[in-house]
Amino acid sequence: MPDIAELWSPIRLTLELATIATVLLLAIGTPIAWWLARSPATWKEAVAAVIAMPLVLPPTVLGFYLLIALGPNGPGGWVAGLYGARTLAFTFEGLVIGSVLFSMPFVVQPIRNAFEAIGERPLEVAATLRASPWDRFWTVAVPLARPGFITGAVLGFAHTVGEFGVVLMIGGNIPGETKVLSIAIFDYVETLQWSKAHILAGGMLVFSFCVILAMMLLEKRIGRPGA
Amino acid sequence: MNGEAGAIAAAFSGSLGTFSLDVAFEAPMRGVTALFGPSGSGKTTILRCMAGLHKLAGRLSVGGEIWQDDAAGIFRKAHQRPIGYVFQEASLFPHLSVRKNLLYGARRAAKQGAEELIREDEIVSLLGIGHLLGRAPLALSGGERQRVAVGRALLSQPRLLLMDEPLSALDRMAKDEILPYFEALHRHLSIPIVYVSHDIAEVERLADTLVLLERGRVLAAGPLFELEADPGLPLLRAPEAAVTLEGRIASIDEAYALTAVSVAGGMLVVPGIQGRLGDARRLRITAADVSFSLSPPGDTTILNCLPARILSITGQTDGEPQVTVVAGLGADGAGARIVARITRKSLEALALAQGSQVFAQIKSVALLASGA
Repeated sequence: MPDIAELWSPIRLTLELATIATVLLLAIGTPIAWWLARSPATWKEAVAAVIAMPLVLPPTVLGFYLLIALGPNGPGGWVAGLYGARTLAFTFEGLVIGSVLFSMPFVVQPIRNAFEAIGERPLEVAATLRASPWDRFWTVAVPLARPGFITGAVLGFAHTVGEFGVVLMIGGNIPGETKVLSIAIFDYVETLQWSKAHILAGGMLVFSFCVILAMMLLEKRIGRPGA
Repeated sequence: MNGEAGAIAAAFSGSLGTFSLDVAFEAPMRGVTALFGPSGSGKTTILRCMAGLHKLAGRLSVGGEIWQDDAAGIFRKAHQRPIGYVFQEASLFPHLSVRKNLLYGARRAAKQGAEELIREDEIVSLLGIGHLLGRAPLALSGGERQRVAVGRALLSQPRLLLMDEPLSALDRMAKDEILPYFEALHRHLSIPIVYVSHDIAEVERLADTLVLLERGRVLAAGPLFELEADPGLPLLRAPEAAVTLEGRIASIDEAYALTAVSVAGGMLVVPGIQGRLGDARRLRITAADVSFSLSPPGDTTILNCLPARILSITGQTDGEPQVTVVAGLGADGAGARIVARITRKSLEALALAQGSQVFAQIKSVALLASGA
């Protein structure tokens, strides 16, 4: 019988990482998506392209540059120095940063599309009803873009849970710190611990299914107008 | 013109692509002012500038409050102007119920300390939307949606209601269903309304003041009945030229079911019992329904036959079969103006000229609406 604590550690770590990353992704991705959807600037597509890079870039390439950036000689190392550490590479914080960068396009794109689909009209209506720009954003744009937020959050969470290449490059394999599920499964397979790999992989399968199903049901229920 | 304190004074100029706009007009702070003209005349652009949704160079003051003045660097943004705006499509918020839509502007107005002059229950009953409050906007018909949109705009406690062709997206039946509600608003509320339309029938029913637009310029601005009878304007030259007259019910003939409405310079009879004594009514007489005779006609089935004096004759050129005549009701011609389209042959046979005393026979008088 495999050790429950040993199996539980990467699961807990992965859930923590994905949850924190998703919250950060929404917090950072939403203003970016809003700007991309509404700005008249022509150079915004260049910004959009930079954000979309992880879609085509091999994860190892992104991981390599991140490793340098987070390392002792990069800006990440400088930030770590502020609180007495040497590097952000091979730390949980580093993983969060990497995950946020890697999953950004999956969050920004659906939210941007949803903002664009709203059009100018509902916001103009709200303006004539005395709503300030901030008020309009929260009471009209966000509720109308809800499907985009749900899609973005699910995709961001799922990609963070499933990421392997970037994590391997910048996180390594430190139990309790950077050893997330995908790494753990890889590890068990490498060391021929098939039953442990089975438990984690099967658990992921069930978990993924449940998350997607729950999101779909939730969307169907709250998506009803006037609810 | 009125002093600015009691008026809406607007002046905008600028260009949007190839279209250039240069307008200035004044409108009273009461009743309905129609911005009327063909599509592409700049009506909607003017309305959007008045709302602060669009910025062109210019100046706008409403009842003495300055909303835009480029010289002084003043430009109030849309959400800082106490306006109600009704768009062509109702544009209700799909994620809110009808009631929450209605209260969206009302709550913000209350928070900003606006006085609650227009109450929810009053608007709900005036617009007949009480049974819709709990529903989702998507479950409403086009006419119902537009009524809710009007109510939502009014509950934000505007000092000025702007309406951009609010009926153009509706079919004939929905229009007929909604117009009486608009007329009721017109009667019960004291907020000035600026109403964009390209449909003269709507203008005749609702407007008091008319701003006539063409290709981004103001052709004329003034009271509707004056502009309708102005020989220099395209309204009178149109084949369907007509005038509207405001009057009050002076007597009711129950036996024959007829209502007499007194207008400036005379009395007009319309079929049916059309209200109670003293009620205000708006009448419409088309140019094609008016003919003249020099003596009071004897035996005729036409009920409305009034003394009038000819004020102007236009279109009197060789080869044209018809001329357009503007006459004033009353022997001195000082009453309400009517227009007539008669043949040039008749004009010459009766030797009619400016100042001629005539009897105007009006074949039909249409009751448009209950006037202001």
